[in-house]
Amino acid sequence: MGLEEKIPDSIMLTTLDKMVNWAHKRSMWPLGFGLACCAIEMISSFAAHFDLARYGMEVMRPSPRQADLMIVAGRVSMKMAPVVKTLYEQMPNPKWVISMGACASCGGVFNNYAILQGVDRIIPVDVYIPGCPPRPEQLMEGILKLQEQLGRESVKDVREEWGRKIA
Amino acid sequence: MEQRSAARGDQVTTTTGETKTVTINMGPQHPSTHGVLRVVVELDGERVISAKPVVGYLHTGIEKTMESKLYHLALPCTDRMDYLNPMGNNLCYSLAVEKLMEIEVPEKVKYARVCLAELTRVNSHLVWLGTHALDLGAMSMLLYAFRERELIVDIYEACGGQRMMTSYIRIGGLAYDLPKDFDKKVRNVVNTIRKRMVDYETLLTNNQIFINRTKGVAVISAEDAINWSLSGPLLRGSGVNYDVRKAQPYSGYEKFDFEVPLGKHGDAYDRYLIRLTEIRQSLRICEQALDGMPEGPYRAHVPGVVLPPKEDVLFKMESMIFHFKIITEGFKAPTGTVYQAVESPKGELGMMITGDGTNKPRRVRVRPPSFINLASLAKLAEGGLFSDVVCAIGSIDIVLGEVDR
Amino acid sequence: MKDAVREFLTTNFSEFLVQEENFRDLQSFTIKADGLISIIEGFLANDQLAVNHLSDVTAVDWLDHPEEEKGRFEVIFNLYSIKNRHRFLLKVRLPADNPTIPTLTEHFAGANWTEREVFDLFGVVFEGHPELTKILTPDDLEGHPLRRDFPLTYEVPHFSWNKDLPPEVIK
Repeated sequence: MGLEEKIPDSIMLTTLDKMVNWAHKRSMWPLGFGLACCAIEMISSFAAHFDLARYGMEVMRPSPRQADLMIVAGRVSMKMAPVVKTLYEQMPNPKWVISMGACASCGGVFNNYAILQGVDRIIPVDVYIPGCPPRPEQLMEGILKLQEQLGRESVKDVREEWGRKIA
Repeated sequence: MEQRSAARGDQVTTTTGETKTVTINMGPQHPSTHGVLRVVVELDGERVISAKPVVGYLHTGIEKTMESKLYHLALPCTDRMDYLNPMGNNLCYSLAVEKLMEIEVPEKVKYARVCLAELTRVNSHLVWLGTHALDLGAMSMLLYAFRERELIVDIYEACGGQRMMTSYIRIGGLAYDLPKDFDKKVRNVVNTIRKRMVDYETLLTNNQIFINRTKGVAVISAEDAINWSLSGPLLRGSGVNYDVRKAQPYSGYEKFDFEVPLGKHGDAYDRYLIRLTEIRQSLRICEQALDGMPEGPYRAHVPGVVLPPKEDVLFKMESMIFHFKIITEGFKAPTGTVYQAVESPKGELGMMITGDGTNKPRRVRVRPPSFINLASLAKLAEGGLFSDVVCAIGSIDIVLGEVDR
Repeated sequence: MKDAVREFLTTNFSEFLVQEENFRDLQSFTIKADGLISIIEGFLANDQLAVNHLSDVTAVDWLDHPEEEKGRFEVIFNLYSIKNRHRFLLKVRLPADNPTIPTLTEHFAGANWTEREVFDLFGVVFEGHPELTKILTPDDLEGHPLRRDFPLTYEVPHFSWNKDLPPEVIK
């Protein structure tokens, strides 16, 4: 109103929170971490038919040091669990985790000695996507929910040591 | 002065004249290992001295899970092993249980199973083509392959409702009847893929870079291939004519007319050509199956063993009683061991089911073609350059779900 | 082809042959463990039978079943002849304590990983194997998972009435 009428058109006023959140959600780089069958649906959603690059996830970084979103797609076996933990710790802050599929969320079809019953027993998860395997549209819905969640974050949040917001 | 030219495989020498080898770990999380495979490579410069695969990062205990379920309920576990070939796994399991219980399926079921199994073979080979070309640098092939895959996956969804883990081929027949426009849809897909295969050939087959990266790489001779118990395109690339569809036909394959391509040199380029030819032959078989498909029931009528069709269950009393009994108690299998082999896109997929007189199997052994083929990586990668290890892994065509089960 | 194999075994190795079965049209011979190597060498040397493909090595655990009297573990070798298109099984029964059997890695290179898997999942020791270690299960898992007395370790899922309790594991 008063102030904005006096400044030229090429200046926008916004809050720092909105700027930072906008930058975070529109260009997340996922870590290419496909473990099992859900990986095929994840690759399908990155391919031409269900293009995920329109959400800014153009590059799928193989190295955890350069990624900020970890999509755990597939069943996590007991032998693989320490590797998942190491990869999560190698990712720099801020980072988010999407657990894709029933096996990553809760152990899925396999309730036995060899499968970790849900990847949230070792790393904190932001969005769970059910399905066996979830359709690419479901993965996109999960990513949109994560972006909604990001829109509510703030630079004043207290972050725990691993970068996850606790307050 | 020390001269270093690692590219030609010369040794790296220190001033005292010793040579050292480097051990590199291509870890479980790697863009080119098609899943969670770990390869420990010992290098002398750029030459590979030994490449040892370490597996087990996806071990799921599927065989033990199947031992604790009834025969019908253990079927969805088979989808999740070789997840690029779900219909093939279902088919193998259903055929094995039908052999154990001596069930005869109607003709329409046999033709439908052949048609779907061949479409699945096209599906798997397309994904192989996309990922193999991606490893070797041709990124656009991945996008084309997955575009084709969407067409086939549409058919799966029309048949059974699920894109990947279909569980459509069940014991005694199919889960639901084929959709009404199955014939039109499949013919459409067959013609589209056939036209587009010409594009993929032009892109890769005479491409000098592709030829340089695959000709003479990962070679295995015919006797070594038989000694290492290989099967599938890996064995046929060396010239050994062993295709389970021709050698021990199942589900009516003896009535179909198709060729089995064989290679001469046993290198990665031959296997690439074999898999392309197999795609074309599969499309041919699909058309023959559609031409000859008879009318009839989509499930065998064996009360007490095979689930009755859902339309009967909702309206007839006996069907409802049988349905209830089979789902809660199952059927009792005789004591004995059967083995059913099926030609999956990766090789000879076999299931050995041992019944023990109760309603749960005593042992379901899956003969995993990827596991046994992967053991030969040590032989294929030896003596080559380091980047050929990636080509060798891609050319074996492994699916980690099957390697680790 | 079935008669040819049967004749070959009964004339040359009748002291190791225990039983022959033909269940669902699949020929299988139960043999004794000490005769395994000589029978395999006999098959490899015979060009007419041309049995040159060892498709699979696996095992069955017959615990708590009337069949257990003949031996708790049954190791099954799946042999195939590519030229004659004939498949048959060789079965060996092993006792419950200390099940050992000679290895086939010198004759078939493909037996290396399949025998390691049988060792990992069942505990059957293959004498003479170059590297008999775990292949599929994690290093800290003790025991052999596919034995019948190893529990499935099924966890009861969390519902609304037990969601605050730690997960209960049913064996």
